[in-house]
Amino acid sequence: MDTTLPGRPRLPMRARLATTVGGAAATVSRLAGKGDGSVIGGVISLRLEPDLLSLLAAGRQVVLVTGTNGKTTTTRLITAALSVLGQPIASNVYGANMEAGLTSALSRAPDAPLAVLETDEKYIPPVIKATQPKVVVLLNLSRDQMDRAAEIWMLARRWREALAAAPDCRVVANADDPLVAWAASAASTVTWVAAGQRWREDSWCCPNCGAHLLREGDEWTCRECGNRRPPVSWVLSDGNVVDPAGQSQPLGLALPGRANASNAVIALAVAEAFGVGVDSALAKMRGVTSVAGRYTQVQRRGTEIRLLLAKNPAGWLEALDVMVPAPVPVLLAVNAQTPDGRDTSWLWDVDYRRLRGRPVLVGGERRLDLAVRLEADDVAFRLVDSIDDAVDAAHSPRLEVLANYTAFQQYRAVVGRTE
Amino acid sequence: MRLVWIYPDLLSTYGDRGNLLVLERRARLRGLPVEVVEVNSDQRVPLDGDIYLMGGGEDLPQVLATRRLQADGGLHEAVRQGAVLFAVCAGYQMLGTEFGGADGQPLPGLGLLDISSGRGERRGVGEILADVDPALGVPRLTGFENHQGVTRLGGDVKPLARVVTGVGNGDGTEGAHSGRVLGTYLHGPALVRNPGLADLLLTWAAGQQLPPLPPQAEELALRLRDERLAAVPAQ
Repeated sequence: MDTTLPGRPRLPMRARLATTVGGAAATVSRLAGKGDGSVIGGVISLRLEPDLLSLLAAGRQVVLVTGTNGKTTTTRLITAALSVLGQPIASNVYGANMEAGLTSALSRAPDAPLAVLETDEKYIPPVIKATQPKVVVLLNLSRDQMDRAAEIWMLARRWREALAAAPDCRVVANADDPLVAWAASAASTVTWVAAGQRWREDSWCCPNCGAHLLREGDEWTCRECGNRRPPVSWVLSDGNVVDPAGQSQPLGLALPGRANASNAVIALAVAEAFGVGVDSALAKMRGVTSVAGRYTQVQRRGTEIRLLLAKNPAGWLEALDVMVPAPVPVLLAVNAQTPDGRDTSWLWDVDYRRLRGRPVLVGGERRLDLAVRLEADDVAFRLVDSIDDAVDAAHSPRLEVLANYTAFQQYRAVVGRTE
Repeated sequence: MRLVWIYPDLLSTYGDRGNLLVLERRARLRGLPVEVVEVNSDQRVPLDGDIYLMGGGEDLPQVLATRRLQADGGLHEAVRQGAVLFAVCAGYQMLGTEFGGADGQPLPGLGLLDISSGRGERRGVGEILADVDPALGVPRLTGFENHQGVTRLGGDVKPLARVVTGVGNGDGTEGAHSGRVLGTYLHGPALVRNPGLADLLLTWAAGQQLPPLPPQAEELALRLRDERLAAVPAQ
């Protein structure tokens, strides 16, 4: 195993001062009850030393994880897999994934030779430049919070340019997402993973030339320019991972759903780049049961509630797949605050017809938008004002909850943080 | 009633499917038989649709879709024969004589509306309210806009509405219409939040006044509409 990790160079004086001051600010913010403090700490540190991210990353083996969905969970799974190496790992476990959050994660773990960093998909080009990562993970690209996010074809083009300028970095990419594959193909070394693609509404056309793609099963081919799905070395197949040697075994994750199985196979491909084998990596990954409150099960007034977070149409589609089937009731909740995206139009991109015939409750600040959407799909539902209202209305031993970002945080604040 | 959705593979973002679903539902509730046709960019545009829908899209898909619709010619022929055309955002800009390409350079549009669009200084993002051309008999529009386009109206079109709050075309007007072709920057989706606009299109296509919907079939849509109208401080 490649466990000989380089020593960390000593930080210059100004950088050391910056991390100390930033760390103090983070502590104050945390004690004041304002989140985990990583953003404010990072912002202050960066003001004192603008090159801090680059200085802090120097000499570490860095993994950057990006994509529209699954960043937080995949980061957690990779961190679990790499724990086999027995070395400290720096990671932004709370999902603060822009420059300040990354800086903060690295300065909290000054001696960690490894870093696994979830990175916002819009900001990854400068982060690649600053951290010179060993591995970049590209999960997927789909429409998300479009009132503030960049358009995804443009994002793919920026990824492509950033990877072309980073010849020493290995990319682990989902070959089943044509936009991701097009972006990754600019890199010098790519490990292709057949991680699947449930949501296809953003990739019917060739990212290279724009022609309508021919799609048969998992294969995709452009008849105009010849762009096609690259040959894969890792495969997700019915809950099993097939490794490059052709060995198949069940993933056996505690985390539910196809999307997490997909994240896990990608994590295994990353682990291999660090010399960590499938068996030992899986043993650690199976121990991950909840990620930043997602998939958490809590008891509330005698009802067992499971909380799922999804923020965009692709995420909702995957989450609806994960839900325990009828007759267990479902609470869907939508807000449209700034972190959620203020445009609720995306609700119309999701197909809800599979919810017909099961008890559906609708909450959140924008519940009327969702109500009108469900009505159009002939899904019967009841409006609720709070999670307790939903628990009472559900009148069931179990309740599945799917909420977007701030709606999820609000419910979590009520039912209690369990980690 | 034949509803034709143009190029969902290129022109579908921001819940554009919602406009199709609302037209379908409101036609069915009135007992009109409805057929929905989704036409991808590698297929011919049928000539026998009653209402054609075009949605939003990113810069590159917008350019590609324009090129293909121009080469196909089916949409032009259908509009010549009197079909209804409703286009949103990128789709709206494409209908004009000119729009801004991926790098802002002017590109020829479909020429189905006498408008021309370019790129503005800043992106217009947020809730929008606009009062509709009184000739159309549709109440105040509510929507969500998200575009950097500035659209100038020529002499052969009328503004769809006057902006109360928001950006719209950039000169105080929003959208444009001429004959049975109507374009707007509004998402939300537009026909979800503005059932009156959906009924206008259905009335044009049916060629006659439509019976009102039973109140319970509209109750939620009207509550949503009221909530959205009240959520924006009118200036």
